[in-house]
Amino acid sequence: MTDAAEWVPRDGLVVVVKRGCPTCNTVLPALVELREARRDLVVVTQDDPAFPEGLGAIFDEDLRGSHRLGIEVVPTLVERVAGENRRVAIGWNREEWQELSRVSDLAPDLPAARPGCGALNLEEPHASRLAELDSRPLSARAVGLGDDEDPIEACFTRGWSDGLPVVPPTAQRVRRMLTGTARPPDELVAVVPPDYASATVEKVAINAVMAGCLPEHLPVVLACVEAACTEEFNWHGLAATTYFSGPVVVVNGPIRRQLGMSWGINALGQGNRANLTIGRALQLTLRNVGGARPGEVDRATLGNPGKLSFCFAENEEGSPWEPLAQARGVAAGRSAVTLFAGEGPRGVVDQLSREPESLSRSLAMALRTVAHPKLPLGFDAMLVVTPEHGRVFREAGWTRQKLERRLLELLQIPAREMIRGAGGCAEGVPASMFEDSESSTIPKFRPGGLLLVHAGGGAGLFSAIIGGWINGEGGSQPLTREIQ
Amino acid sequence: MTTLLDPTGELSPVTRQPLPRLEGLTGATIGLLDISKPRGDVFLDRLQSLLESRGAKVERFRKPTFAKNAPPDLRREIAERCDAVIEALAD
Repeated sequence: MTDAAEWVPRDGLVVVVKRGCPTCNTVLPALVELREARRDLVVVTQDDPAFPEGLGAIFDEDLRGSHRLGIEVVPTLVERVAGENRRVAIGWNREEWQELSRVSDLAPDLPAARPGCGALNLEEPHASRLAELDSRPLSARAVGLGDDEDPIEACFTRGWSDGLPVVPPTAQRVRRMLTGTARPPDELVAVVPPDYASATVEKVAINAVMAGCLPEHLPVVLACVEAACTEEFNWHGLAATTYFSGPVVVVNGPIRRQLGMSWGINALGQGNRANLTIGRALQLTLRNVGGARPGEVDRATLGNPGKLSFCFAENEEGSPWEPLAQARGVAAGRSAVTLFAGEGPRGVVDQLSREPESLSRSLAMALRTVAHPKLPLGFDAMLVVTPEHGRVFREAGWTRQKLERRLLELLQIPAREMIRGAGGCAEGVPASMFEDSESSTIPKFRPGGLLLVHAGGGAGLFSAIIGGWINGEGGSQPLTREIQ
Repeated sequence: MTTLLDPTGELSPVTRQPLPRLEGLTGATIGLLDISKPRGDVFLDRLQSLLESRGAKVERFRKPTFAKNAPPDLRREIAERCDAVIEALAD
């Protein structure tokens, strides 16, 4: 195919306009004068071959020339030198146009400046088609569907879905998704257990398309996939376990706001596209690339609804404490994801405590039930403190560390309550763990085994506990990773 | 025709022939792998006595944690020392 944009000059002046733009119509006198003074001026029209009349305009019908020139606004005046844009004047600005063209007294009757309009090459469907021209080749296997096959049904049939409809991953959609990252499509993001298959940027992008993500969500999904596939997070074990848990994602930093994520009302629930699709894209990538499907390697006895998607942002602005990512070593002002192997959230009600000591006792009582009230140390927990509970700690000046420390103290449980058989219940720890089970205590959580997050709507004296899975080196460790 | 991009790992499974069945237990070395789940040892102790009463030699192995893969060295050791292995999977 010949390059339809062969008129783009190596050297000289180009101006790109369209009839649909009022500023382009306003600046017609300037174009006429410029054409008189600079015979090398190439006038390019995006939408109407008859516009502007009498200037010998070239019709950039397929918009490839505009794309090659990097036009974002019309009118734009470009000075080309040795095949590159040397200087660019965006919209109408007499001074800039005069300086760039070295033509003085340009259209003195026009106003000094006027903003332009969006260029046609940036509008869909043109933008995606043009992006395809300069994108690197994709390498995923192309799966042709039958003429009568419904693409959404085809994704179900091929086992690519989590049980809900997915957006069919066409090459065009995947290329558009890839515009969300500067990383090349063939770059390796992670090797995904249990199949130990390679998740390239392209594979993650395909699954992000299916999950319903926008391109700007992709960097968050990439950070999640990297974090999940580390030895510390142990996706292999988490994918295969009979336990309830799956990856829970907490997002921190400026990207929360840029993506319009939810950390307020219903933050752990439905309704926010970024929250839901980022969490879902992670799960789809892990299951489609890594191969852990329910009933196969995924042996969960019950699972939990969060295994479809479980991702939310922290309410940093109203928090009594520094953000979770900062508490875990990420510099302030940076965006990061924290992954936690968690089950579904459970509510904790305390509508009467106005003092931090009383409220922490409530939270401790509820935290003791994680996994089982008589099972200590094996499971971490994430505690999601809402604004109304957070206020009690803020007003009393309790730091994140102080609340964590107090909860761990309150959860030093007498051994006699925890041993097998105590309370008429067989579950518990063996009495042989203690020299003297009458006087000993045992901590419910290991040091660092509690993660405090601040989120939720402004009304409700509740918090939530997200119980963990097997913790530590033999299980899964919470993992924080900066978003690139 | 609509064309979609494959979201999977695109691995082609390697087909392996299963090893031939053991002729019998007499003189065979049977590995018993405890994955560190509670009471796996109770099950394997019983298996060991049953196997030994039938003339098998038993070697015991243990994974450091049931939540992760067996370390490669452990897998290699079992493969080198045993004719067959029985893994105690659940609680």
